[in-house]
Amino acid sequence: MADFIFFHSYLILLFPLFSFAIIGLGHLNSDNRFVAKFAITMSSLSLGYALLTTLAYLSRLPHLPERTLLAYDAAWLNFAPGLTANLGMYLDPISVMMLVVVTVISLLVNIYSVGYMKGDRSFNRFFALLALFSFSMLGLVTSGNILQMFVFWELVGVSSYALIGFWYEKPSAVAASKKAFIVTRFADAFFLLGILIVSFYSQSFSFQTLNSPETALLLNKAGVLTLATLLIFCGGWGKSAMFPLHVWLPDAMEGPTPVSSIIHSATMVVAGVYLTARMFPLFAAAESTLFVIQCIGAFTALFAAVIAITQMDIKRILAFSTLSQLGYMIFSLGAAKVCAEGGHHGAEVNLLGFSASMYHVFTHAFFKCMLFLGAGVVIHVVHSNDILQMGGLKRQMPRTYWSLLAACLAIGGVFPFSGFWSKDMILLASLQSGHWITFLVGLITGGLTAFYMFRFFFLIFHGEARSQLHHVHEDPWMTWPIIALTVPTILAGLLEHTFVEQVLPPHLSEVSHFAHPGWLPWLATLVAAIGIGGAWLLYGEGKTEKAAALQKAFGPLHTVVQNKFYIDELYLFITHKIIFNGIAASIKWFDRNVVDGVMNLCGWLLHLGGKGVRLVQNGELHLYLGATVVGLIALLFMGR
Amino acid sequence: MTLSHCIALSLILCAIGIFGMLTRRNLLGILLSVEIILNGANINFAAFAHFRAADPVAGAVFPVFVMAVSACEIAVALAIIISMYRRKKRLDVYRLEELHG
Repeated sequence: MADFIFFHSYLILLFPLFSFAIIGLGHLNSDNRFVAKFAITMSSLSLGYALLTTLAYLSRLPHLPERTLLAYDAAWLNFAPGLTANLGMYLDPISVMMLVVVTVISLLVNIYSVGYMKGDRSFNRFFALLALFSFSMLGLVTSGNILQMFVFWELVGVSSYALIGFWYEKPSAVAASKKAFIVTRFADAFFLLGILIVSFYSQSFSFQTLNSPETALLLNKAGVLTLATLLIFCGGWGKSAMFPLHVWLPDAMEGPTPVSSIIHSATMVVAGVYLTARMFPLFAAAESTLFVIQCIGAFTALFAAVIAITQMDIKRILAFSTLSQLGYMIFSLGAAKVCAEGGHHGAEVNLLGFSASMYHVFTHAFFKCMLFLGAGVVIHVVHSNDILQMGGLKRQMPRTYWSLLAACLAIGGVFPFSGFWSKDMILLASLQSGHWITFLVGLITGGLTAFYMFRFFFLIFHGEARSQLHHVHEDPWMTWPIIALTVPTILAGLLEHTFVEQVLPPHLSEVSHFAHPGWLPWLATLVAAIGIGGAWLLYGEGKTEKAAALQKAFGPLHTVVQNKFYIDELYLFITHKIIFNGIAASIKWFDRNVVDGVMNLCGWLLHLGGKGVRLVQNGELHLYLGATVVGLIALLFMGR
Repeated sequence: MTLSHCIALSLILCAIGIFGMLTRRNLLGILLSVEIILNGANINFAAFAHFRAADPVAGAVFPVFVMAVSACEIAVALAIIISMYRRKKRLDVYRLEELHG
């Protein structure tokens, strides 16, 4: 039975693909209700099969070596004997976890979008693109080799591009979609280089070979291990929007809110984390890469959290919060291995960071998706993204209020919500890694997270309404998916032990156990409580007066933070002033004047020669004859 | 009459022809000059056949051959000249130079 399920596991991908093809090719102008029903059916089928596959996998788990299973394997590209890429369905703890997350969220977002996109001119196109995204994302998480993963990696990029620019008549949306695509493509170029290096040395694309200790040894011997892993991580750097490539994610909020919810918070942006986790045994061999990952993750977590405090746009707050949480996941991965003895062999291995990172991916997907969906409901009612236009929505929207409260408590890390458990685990992992700075950064970011999330929450729901609202009602299409998401948001904490014990990378086994200091959860809770308390003091009444006074006290510092440290401006300066005007302009001058000049000179010389020769052929018969005779006589005499 | 006399005559005819071709402005005059040059060549053929060849018939055949070819050539050239005259109403070669490259 299980074999049968595994053999047809490609169906998980085929349902959304089918949905994309049918809606995209045949039903762009059909009845919206039919398209919605069709999309939801396909999405449910995909979820059903994913759950079936998960059950089959779990039943097989005790017998699996390294907990991995190639459920489906078909020959795809035969480059050379010994260098082939197969199409496969790779099942291991993290891919099964992501299968469930992606299909569940995809179904809920599909249902939600029926309400959110109601009356939109391009309703059907939206569902087609959403299905394309689900297909690509599912393909990405189940890829059995790095080349297949790269193909799906680009496919999610394309669907993200198409969905950010979904309202293509808005210039800002078009600009944002281009920005997202270019920034991630820039990173993907390095990813491709990394793939080439790794596959060149290991003669293989499959993760099973790449993750084996032999490959790490081979790459290490060739001296390219750090370079290759860093290049591969660059792909995740762009996709998971780590500093300084984070600039595309806040702008990506130009897309419809369900898109931000599924692509730019819950699933696609964690692809970078997922990639790192997928290749973890290789990364684990490269200590310096892990250190870079840890630093960049921690920095992004703090950096984005600071910016999130000052933002006024409901979706941008969530976007920066996503960045910050992605930073958590990344630095947790970086903290996963500790070489306490300094040597490569016999080092103490601690994989808690890996499990913690994946656990945070899991919990974050649900509560962040829910926050975005809730924000979408609010935007739908208020018709504005500005939190200063909101306020006092608690009475009119009780269901959204209570669900979002759960999500905010979860992301703030309050016991017993899911975020508490995953964040606690990440903090523990960073503490065990011995890097005190990242631990402190994680702790402070936790407090900041609680602060800005409750600032967001109080300003939206508490106090008095700051704008005129007509016919406020909660569309059941939109509220039920949010309410459904409260279940994993509250209960995902129960899975902590499963993650610690089962979600581990292959070929690495836990060697040593570190103590779990009893004070850590208390400290984390205290920091979260300070954050929430601060938010309550400043914004609890849903007013901004107290905050405005504080804002004045900080003055220019606040302006710098609110403008996101001017990173966007810096990029514009670099691209326009330095690259376009400086480098590109001088290269253009060289091309126009020197390269083109040489070509033009050749042409001009030939033209001149032709002009001279043409003088002879003037059509005067007598001249021709005279020349002939003179030439003949000259030949005669020369013959002598 | 020796071979030298005949060669001199043919040379004179050829020179007259070339002079005519170079100086005449009229297409018909140029055509006549070409004929004179051809006849100079024919005399050369006949003279050499008469004085030097073992079998004089072989030399006599060539002038006949040249005459036939030149008759054809004249027919074609006259046709061109007539059509040109109809079109341009003049046969001055200095005025017909728009065919140059």
